[in-house]
Amino acid sequence: MALLEIKNLTVEFSTAHGPFRAVDNIDLSVDAGELVAIVGESGSGKSVSMLALMGLLPWTAKVTADRMALDGKELTEMPQDQRRRIAGKDMAMIFQEPMTSLNPCFTVGFQINEIMKRHLSLTRQERDKRAVELMSLVGIPSPESRLRAFPHQLSGGMSQRVMIAMMIACNPRLLIADEPTTALDVTIQAQILELLASLQQDTGMALVLITHDMGVVAEVAQRVIVQYAGQQVESRNVIDLFDTPKHPYTQALLAALPERATTQHLPSIPGVVPGQLDRPDGCLFNPRCQYAIQACRHTPPGIQNGVRCHTPLNAQGHPTDPMGLRQKEGVS
Amino acid sequence: MFQYFLNKLATTIPTFLGISLIAFAFIRVLPGDPIMLMAGERGVTPERYEELATQFGFDRPFYIQYKDFLLNILTGDFGQSFVTKHPVIDEFLARFPATLELSLSAMFLAVLVGLPAGIVAAVKRGSWFDHTLMGISLTGYSMPVFWLGLLLIILFSSILGWTPVSGRISLLYYFDIHTGFMTIDALMSGQKGAFASAVSHLILPAITLGTIPMAVIARQTRSAMLEVLSEDYVRTARAKGLSTFRIIGLHAFRNALITVITVIGLQIGVLLAGAILTETIFAWPGIGKWMVDSIFRRDYQVVQGGLILISSIVILVNLTVDLLYGLINPRIRQTRG
Repeated sequence: MALLEIKNLTVEFSTAHGPFRAVDNIDLSVDAGELVAIVGESGSGKSVSMLALMGLLPWTAKVTADRMALDGKELTEMPQDQRRRIAGKDMAMIFQEPMTSLNPCFTVGFQINEIMKRHLSLTRQERDKRAVELMSLVGIPSPESRLRAFPHQLSGGMSQRVMIAMMIACNPRLLIADEPTTALDVTIQAQILELLASLQQDTGMALVLITHDMGVVAEVAQRVIVQYAGQQVESRNVIDLFDTPKHPYTQALLAALPERATTQHLPSIPGVVPGQLDRPDGCLFNPRCQYAIQACRHTPPGIQNGVRCHTPLNAQGHPTDPMGLRQKEGVS
Repeated sequence: MFQYFLNKLATTIPTFLGISLIAFAFIRVLPGDPIMLMAGERGVTPERYEELATQFGFDRPFYIQYKDFLLNILTGDFGQSFVTKHPVIDEFLARFPATLELSLSAMFLAVLVGLPAGIVAAVKRGSWFDHTLMGISLTGYSMPVFWLGLLLIILFSSILGWTPVSGRISLLYYFDIHTGFMTIDALMSGQKGAFASAVSHLILPAITLGTIPMAVIARQTRSAMLEVLSEDYVRTARAKGLSTFRIIGLHAFRNALITVITVIGLQIGVLLAGAILTETIFAWPGIGKWMVDSIFRRDYQVVQGGLILISSIVILVNLTVDLLYGLINPRIRQTRG
């Protein structure tokens, strides 16, 4: 049985223009000890889906799911109080902005001790000792003195390390990292990623890494889920996905990697992710897709073999025609 | 932190000088000759006029008068009342406990009600509680102090007869003054009913005086909490699975307090200004009433000295608030230099 099972998760925000569906019927299953990456541009609903899992969305968000279970325990039916005992203990989350994610009024040590005090039955001495261990574990030099520091005395990279130390303090089964390196310097990004990957290896926790950086995915992930406008468009293991992307969006994302550029100009995907008021009919990606045919413009594709596309790409990167739609329209 | 303290202390000096200049100029720029004004309708003989002018130093240049005035203040000499011939500082000290008791009670009420109300309104934003509270606080804030005081007297003293109209305690009780706080002295005297009487005298003036600060504190607490509740670190606290009480009461409120403490401090100046009206309405024998009486009696030395003393207290309170602010906010506390 998978550690995390999500079936048909939908998140809607009520706005002045009616409900906005930020996450659209996504499924996610993560095994214990697995490293899964969720990739997509801004606005593709990556963070929102994971915030919904953690129960961190504001009350204006309407979260529905057929199943949302951690370790077989159904979260959707759980009372608020019980769910709070799982957040921070069995599943934890780190965020994009480490500098603002720590409370400026309390020392690092206080904030790390606090989560252990809430979820573990350790004495004060044991907590202090573990806090020092955690700080060394995430690679913070002279941990004892750093524990007495306030967040404003730390750099961004240090703050993210503290966040990681804090969130793994209770040995979670699942850690969600929401763009953990986006706000950091490039040199620090690699360090933090390495740290996360090695912690995941050592502790055997599952790690869900949310990112918009395909380079990051290639470096650490085992399985990749590509998300677009709140929908999953492709879900495969990382080597296959990089070798033979099946969804045109994945192909375009990979083509935009500087390492893969074949010309002077870096290719980009024209247009932006549709918002609430410009959602197209049919496939949500069709206005930006170079292979789109008439069928794509009115019929939303379902997921087949892990790809949400009427005409998934073959190994050569050309669209196939499993349902004969291209043939019917006379497109070669 | 020590450096921070010295900096804050240094900024009070120009403020104090400015205030002393205003108080000094006050009786000298008012239309009319101060000696003639003091003398009133009876007037004075030219000889007596000269004598008085020499006594008050009005015949010397302004800057020398100001220098003497400042030097006198520094030695604790705030002049002498024309009417009672007592030193201004003695009169002030005799009345100040009454004002302090009233102001502290008003502030206590304002914080006791305003702070929790603001927090609940922020947490339940948009609820009926939030709307009701904001409506009430706007009314409380807009209502003139003297008007509110009179309404309260009419309702509670005249119609319901629950509270006395004026004074600090019933004339039935007499005991020695130890602290100058009527409620505490009444308790210490051990006389039956004395404490209840003191409290019943205190309650209406305290409500009257505390209403504006209460409204301001409630509104400011609400907006500070609203801002803080949407911060990333509050989301982190929730991700840690902490209890709602701890998230709001510790993680959010501790940060909101940094703004709220400043607001509370500023309200103390408002309280002292409001005390003038409140004390006059309720015949509360504090410095507010003393100032008003002195103005009517044209006792300008008292007005001048009183202004300086009251302003000094406000400056002192603001300094304390700045220091508290530094203690609560680690970003300031940790700064050296």
